[in-house]
Amino acid sequence: MAKILKLKHLAAIRWFHWVNFPLLFLMIWSGFLIYWANDEYAVSIGSLQVFHFFPDWVYNALGSAHRLAEGMALHFVFMWLFVLNGVLYVAYTIFSGEWRYLAPQKWSAFRDAWSVVLYDLRLRKQMPPQDKYNAAQQITYTAIICMGIGSVVTGFAIYKPMQLYWLAWLLGGYEAARLWHFLLAFGYVGFFVVHIAQVVRAGWNNFRAMVMGYEMEPAKDVAQELGAHE
Amino acid sequence: MNKKTTPREILLDDRAADEQMRVRTRRSFLTGGVAAAVGIGGYAWLKTRDGAGGVPWPQRLVLGWNEKLAHAYLSDARLLPTYSLADVGKLRPNGQFGLEGDLDEDEWRLKVEMGAGMPALALTLNDVQALPKVEMITKFCCIEGWSVVTRWAGARFADFTRKYFPPGQKLPEFVFMATPDGGYYVGLDAKSALHPQTLLAYEMNGEPLEEEHGAPLRLVIPVKYGVKNIKRLGLIRYADTRPADYWYERGYDWFVGL
Repeated sequence: MAKILKLKHLAAIRWFHWVNFPLLFLMIWSGFLIYWANDEYAVSIGSLQVFHFFPDWVYNALGSAHRLAEGMALHFVFMWLFVLNGVLYVAYTIFSGEWRYLAPQKWSAFRDAWSVVLYDLRLRKQMPPQDKYNAAQQITYTAIICMGIGSVVTGFAIYKPMQLYWLAWLLGGYEAARLWHFLLAFGYVGFFVVHIAQVVRAGWNNFRAMVMGYEMEPAKDVAQELGAHE
Repeated sequence: MNKKTTPREILLDDRAADEQMRVRTRRSFLTGGVAAAVGIGGYAWLKTRDGAGGVPWPQRLVLGWNEKLAHAYLSDARLLPTYSLADVGKLRPNGQFGLEGDLDEDEWRLKVEMGAGMPALALTLNDVQALPKVEMITKFCCIEGWSVVTRWAGARFADFTRKYFPPGQKLPEFVFMATPDGGYYVGLDAKSALHPQTLLAYEMNGEPLEEEHGAPLRLVIPVKYGVKNIKRLGLIRYADTRPADYWYERGYDWFVGL
């Protein structure tokens, strides 16, 4: 019997991924320290406040109150590393051609992505045909890049709202840019939760491939594939 | 990437394949472990460095570069947006540092120090009000993240400097301003201080400045966060080296340009 080791994740992509993880974490954490100083967002129905971002017990539990200066000093240093890693990642996926797997290639990807969601929720029996990543993954991995760009653009708009007021203006003003910046941070947290759930579900081989690159398959699958094409 | 060590596909018999996976997994996890240790160690190292105002010096270094970048972009020609009367909101007084004692407005003088070997001045409010009066409606942005459109009237610091700084002398790169008791003080780069929208303000929303907003005279500098808009001015000192700054000493950026 023979087995085949397939390179799933290129080394550079793995590095970008794992470097991004602590950087994004640090950006969200320092952003949270900054947000505390003017924590004005809440979900309300009419005049009834349903949830305030954030209740005191959250700040108390995390010890994050009165740390605005520290948050700014972290945010405005690590932002450069976050941007650099993101720019290098996008450039690499373009030059290596890897973007073809990562970005949706057809309009039908949106329909397929919905089928993937139904499959994951066990409301559908079969996965739609896919390449390296399924359509839901392609849309998510592309969206997360757009979100990253959004965070950087809204970030600069609220970092220099006077000198770059044209940027804030394009985004609907300082207040709107700040809200988007906040919502995008929430988006990453949401992405993270789903991402971890999917990684756990996909199992060890999948996770290991993100660290060492390869997935192992029985070679008979290759034979079957060859047979199917005859 | 090295094609020899990471081929796209490797076909092997069972035992060799398992061995390959083991070797590659061990190698990658070791590399990853070392990288994680370097990252965590690097961060721990960073957080334990000393620096001005409790901010580690490597962070201060990068924040200094940010400052240079912002400073290079700052231009007298680029005016900040102004607003209409309808946009004017209520500015909440924030920060009472340097304002604790009572102030006798008749006794009040604005001390102006030009630098070594040059005469110092003690000006009255009338002296400042004799300069061309400028009205503007600009946004006051607090470093906490809120902002209020406010209407101001006062003298441009640029006009003030033109009138009082000795002609023929090289203008210093920095300006230091403090409250009469020295309890609050800010350091400014001259370029920001001389921006046409930087005022020595004596009126707010059409009325003489209230005490809680810095009567009789305060700085309004919309290219900076509110923390630089020092209230109850007592001293202006032109300086060749970067002056002290109250919030810089407490972990904030020195420049805090908007």
